[in-house]
Amino acid sequence: MAVLVDQDTRLLCQGMTGWAGTYHTERMIQYGTKVVAGVTPGKGGQSHLGVPVFDSIAEAKKATGANASIVFVPPAKAGGAMLEAIAAEMPLVVVVTERIPVLDMVRVREALVGSRTRLVGPNSQGVLAPEVCQIGVMATDRARRGPIGVASRSASLTSEVVSQLTGAGLGQSTTIGIGGDPVHGIGFVECLDLFFKDPQTEGIVLVGEIGGTEEQDAARYIRETGLKKPVVALIVGRAAPHERRMGHAGALALMASDDADSKVKALQDAGVIIAPSAHLVGTTMAAAFARRAA
Amino acid sequence: MQLHEFQAKDILRRYQIDVPLGRIALTPDEAAAAARQINSESLFVKAQILAGDRAAAGGVRAVRAASGARAAASELLGRKLVTSQTGPGGYTVKRVLVEAAIDAAQELYLALRVDLSSGSVAAIAGPHRRSGVERHLATGAPDFQTLTLGVDGERRDGDIADFCGRIGLVGDAADKFRALLGRLHRAFVEVDAALIEINPLILTKSGELVAADVKLAIDDNAVFRHPDIAQLRNDEDVDQVQLQAQRHQINYVLMDGDVGIVVNGAGLGLATLDMVRAAGGSPANFMDIRTTAKSLDIAHGIGMILDNPRAKVLLVNVYGGGMQSCDTIVDGLGIAFRRSGRVMPVVLRITGNSENFARMRLANFNLPKTECADMWQAATRATAIAQGRA
Repeated sequence: MAVLVDQDTRLLCQGMTGWAGTYHTERMIQYGTKVVAGVTPGKGGQSHLGVPVFDSIAEAKKATGANASIVFVPPAKAGGAMLEAIAAEMPLVVVVTERIPVLDMVRVREALVGSRTRLVGPNSQGVLAPEVCQIGVMATDRARRGPIGVASRSASLTSEVVSQLTGAGLGQSTTIGIGGDPVHGIGFVECLDLFFKDPQTEGIVLVGEIGGTEEQDAARYIRETGLKKPVVALIVGRAAPHERRMGHAGALALMASDDADSKVKALQDAGVIIAPSAHLVGTTMAAAFARRAA
Repeated sequence: MQLHEFQAKDILRRYQIDVPLGRIALTPDEAAAAARQINSESLFVKAQILAGDRAAAGGVRAVRAASGARAAASELLGRKLVTSQTGPGGYTVKRVLVEAAIDAAQELYLALRVDLSSGSVAAIAGPHRRSGVERHLATGAPDFQTLTLGVDGERRDGDIADFCGRIGLVGDAADKFRALLGRLHRAFVEVDAALIEINPLILTKSGELVAADVKLAIDDNAVFRHPDIAQLRNDEDVDQVQLQAQRHQINYVLMDGDVGIVVNGAGLGLATLDMVRAAGGSPANFMDIRTTAKSLDIAHGIGMILDNPRAKVLLVNVYGGGMQSCDTIVDGLGIAFRRSGRVMPVVLRITGNSENFARMRLANFNLPKTECADMWQAATRATAIAQGRA
């Protein structure tokens, strides 16, 4: 079994009738994802790509039994789209949209507290259970079903890591893009929890980078609850130009122990295996599996 | 989007937050006239550039009388100010803010920002620091206190009272601070700020709180809903290279090495920098081509590397994803080389969506290229070429 999604996932697309929504919904249907509804306010009653379109999520959910949604809504309205999905008690919401105002995400985070929704993203490539279900915009050609769970802050490196894992004979249970935005839905801690509990997943790859505290939080979680399966982490950004502050990005990183070295150290102290370079993630995981079998 | 100090103070004034009496001057004569109007014993003349840490770089001058203001303004205006935040080129000072100096009984640091671990708006306060606040905060800052405020919800008075106590404010000063924090929080949310920093926040001898220096950055993703603030953006005040790159959907940062780097995706970009360093090389730039970039945008980005005389080799590391296929990037590469005329060796690692079609396109451009099977080979090969070893 994959995490977050399975063969019973019934997907609703928020913003399906737009350019990006149309293009990626078509690809997801081709991949075998059960797309049951689209939501675009004002276009209710229409049909798009052979899928019924509704004015609201509540309506669409009631009519189609949708249990997951993907958000392609442009940045100005994406916050509202997420709040609507949370209010409609959508169990899983995956947000692809990037450049959403950060305070809109703070409002979404407040709405998530005590809700029934699990949010992935924004600025995420999505969730992929190879050969089962694709909710997202990622490349799928190299992904194969198998024992490795991948949680990543980077869409481009997820494709890279998936390709290396498949090359090393290790398929993937699920890949999760937690998104590149500072304020987002589920993080590494929730992904680890899901993968530790999932019987199909036997090993986990975390793809992290400089900035924020995701990696330190994951390390603390493992130290407190135990390392239940082998975890390999790749942390990129060691050679990034620190001295240059780009706009407010530096200011936002205030108070965070956000450099690559402290992340690597925290994870190592928790028993996580660090991939020595971005091209060695697949072989590092394969070696960890071989050691475990020996 | 960062605002100038004087613009930030104009915004805070709208929220009934006191700032010193001040005027903008574009010439030494205007600075002298401003000083006479302000009519204060002691004054500050402050360079208005879009970067912090100005005081340490000599961009803030304490002066007396109109003659002092005139002299300070003539030294600052037209000069390039290099601070720890401007990069080595510095920014040209086009305006100065002439301001009344405020007598302080106590000086504080106060900032509002989005706290990444709680995902909420948080206030940070502590004693005023002249310089290096970021470093101080990064190393733990035991004398600084944090309070999570949320965004639209009710402020909890008890927590704020406790917060005042933790930063050493009592009685009337604490009441004033509490009121100021409420107004500042409203300002933060209403203008979609990413950061409001007041350093110092001065408690005067008569018990008033005055924001003596203000840094205000607006969330770039939210500028679209503030046309009044968007019109304050003055493109001449920001890094031109970065600005042009961003207009072409590319994040670009110039570095001091010789390996030019072309990558799609921020994570893959960081990984490529790391690999070039690990191979003993030195990157000429960081580049992240956004998925929204078309081949002409990409040609512009690659053109910036071809225009960099320090770059000796172009390392192209591309994973064609669901939103941007390899051929789009290869087209940009070919266009950039034809425009530039410069012959620079190209080392490529291209894989993913439509890689074979991209290879066919690449053959047409007839570039001095080497293709590698994986990113590490590409990074080591590019480094060897840059160092004259291949």
